[in-house]
Amino acid sequence: MNLLFALTIICYLASSLGYQGYILFQKRPIHRMANIVLWVGFLSHTAVIGLQCVESGHIPVQNLHETLSTFGWAVVGVFLALQLKYHLMVLGALAAPLATLAVVIASMLPRPPVELAPLFKSLWRSLHLGTLIVGNAAFAIACSAGILYLIQERAIKDKKPGFFFRRLPSLKLLDSVGYASLIVGFPMLTFGVITGVIYAQMVRGRFWSWDPGEILGAVTWLVYAVLLHERLAVGWQGRRAAIMTIVGFAILLLTSFLFFLR
Amino acid sequence: MVEKRHIVVVGLNHKTAPVEVRERLAFSSEDTPHVLESVCQCPSVNEILLFSTCNRVEFLLATQDVAKAVEAVKDFMAEFKKTPLPSFEESLYVYSGDQAIRHMFRVASSLDSMVVGEPQILGQVKDCYGQACDHRTCGVVLNRLMHRAFSVAKRVRTETGIGDHAVSISYAAVELGRKIFGELEEKAVLLIGAGEMAELAVEHLVNNRARPIFVANRTFERGLELAEGFRGTAIRFEEVRDYLKEVDIVISSTGASDYILVRDDFKGLMRARKNRPLFFIDIAVPRDIDPEINRINNVYVYDIDDLNNAIQENIDERQQEALRGERLVDGAVIQFRRWFQGLDVVPTIVDLRAKVEEIRQRELKKTFAALNSVSEEDRAAIDRLTAALVNKILHDPTIFLKQSGYKERKPLYVDITRRLFNLDEGNGGKSEG
Repeated sequence: MNLLFALTIICYLASSLGYQGYILFQKRPIHRMANIVLWVGFLSHTAVIGLQCVESGHIPVQNLHETLSTFGWAVVGVFLALQLKYHLMVLGALAAPLATLAVVIASMLPRPPVELAPLFKSLWRSLHLGTLIVGNAAFAIACSAGILYLIQERAIKDKKPGFFFRRLPSLKLLDSVGYASLIVGFPMLTFGVITGVIYAQMVRGRFWSWDPGEILGAVTWLVYAVLLHERLAVGWQGRRAAIMTIVGFAILLLTSFLFFLR
Repeated sequence: MVEKRHIVVVGLNHKTAPVEVRERLAFSSEDTPHVLESVCQCPSVNEILLFSTCNRVEFLLATQDVAKAVEAVKDFMAEFKKTPLPSFEESLYVYSGDQAIRHMFRVASSLDSMVVGEPQILGQVKDCYGQACDHRTCGVVLNRLMHRAFSVAKRVRTETGIGDHAVSISYAAVELGRKIFGELEEKAVLLIGAGEMAELAVEHLVNNRARPIFVANRTFERGLELAEGFRGTAIRFEEVRDYLKEVDIVISSTGASDYILVRDDFKGLMRARKNRPLFFIDIAVPRDIDPEINRINNVYVYDIDDLNNAIQENIDERQQEALRGERLVDGAVIQFRRWFQGLDVVPTIVDLRAKVEEIRQRELKKTFAALNSVSEEDRAAIDRLTAALVNKILHDPTIFLKQSGYKERKPLYVDITRRLFNLDEGNGGKSEG
């Protein structure tokens, strides 16, 4: 399993470099290679996670190592899924390094033995964290698309079409990817929040205890809820939506951090 | 006595003056006849042509006195445009002689264009020349120069790859549209005004399956005509603001002297559009769309300078082909110079013959006055003798001046001839007295 994990890291790293190289040199073969390597990494990563599942009988989200690793896997998964639909090649230049960072940090973290809680409780926990991780991965992609959107929008507004203008895709595409990621991420986040509240009741006997993590979690949900509502109702798009996606993800990161500190 | 003429170009273009200056000094085609006639009345100006496009304002002159003519044109521009001369004098360039000839050839061949190799310029140059012909402000020098320019332009276009890659304003507009909208399919386009470049841009968009097309023109009939060409709908000029809710791309190219859309027109508009992006392509000079509008979220305004900057990189790729064009131009300049200098030889020979003939007549008169007894027959014989002498003596110098074997030194020989025979004495005497 360690060997597979090492293979995953190498593949992600190579693919990250490949995507950067593609941005730099604009050669299609580089992109194709990066894409294939990323698929290989993803499959080996999937195998790692599958093995972990079989071994422990749980979704591997029981400690920080597993959580980060699963997060990296989800980022790549969401990216590859979007790639099939949108062919947004340059997004790999942000998504792949992000996944690489996650798995590299995960590989350096200690792996304490998982203490097995009663089955029902741990199932909730797995469900809660599992959906949140996939949701987070979707939001990470949305944030990446948002960053690329802002770069491209700046290039067009400032009328200085240069390095990025030629390489980045259209605003419309970047906006669509951000929107699609939001559509995927929001139900996950909502489900994660609900299961979290129920899990809290199970563990602490209270649904809601007003600790900073919970409050921030609620704020995150609200930010994304408002963004989604504005997009659907008023047709919010472009710059403001991109900024809000990035802000939302920043708060999301902070929330996750607070929860892991506990 | 025929005086030597010089070819001079006075003007400014996109390289020397920003759009703010160009739009202030641009002459409309209605102004042109008046401008041509006014400047042509200056005693130092023999022939004149005016080029005023959105990228350049240039006067092409044939004159005997370069300094005076240039002064006259500068003063005229300042006075006509009610703009103090110092505010734009720095942007002006003055070319004379070979430089002026080369400049005109380069302009017509689109080597001096903002988008090197763009095909519109030749048509514009021909139109400007046509106007000057209509008002008879072109003479033998400029006529010849312009016809040469047209044939050079044609050669450059057919013999180099300068126009091969579709790099132009309209292409840049389509490219930008793609970066904003992704696909141009089913994107509604509104054309305000008319003009070759604007219509070309619309055509490009239609080729990329943008539709529907709306056309707004101050004269509704003209709008109808244009709309028919694009299979679009003509709307009234007053309706433009209402249609902003529906269209995605607006191409503006009117002759209006002020902005036709300002930021205030956009209050509530983006909400009504559900924030869908809106892309303005402002080809007009003076500009139609207030540049402030670019600050509005999801609205993008590109004026003609912006578009040109956008394609600068592609232009660089054309430079190689342009170099071959320059070589053709160089050859044509040399050819033209030969003809132009030959023009100087002819008046010199005429002057020389006139002077010697005058001497002959004067001496004959003196001689006949002294010889009373000579018969009518003998007088005719003496007359023939002197005429033959003059012809024989002048024959070799004339041949020498006319022959074309020594292009570079021709001005020198012409100069020596004039001094040797003191052909300019009348002139000198006048100016001294």
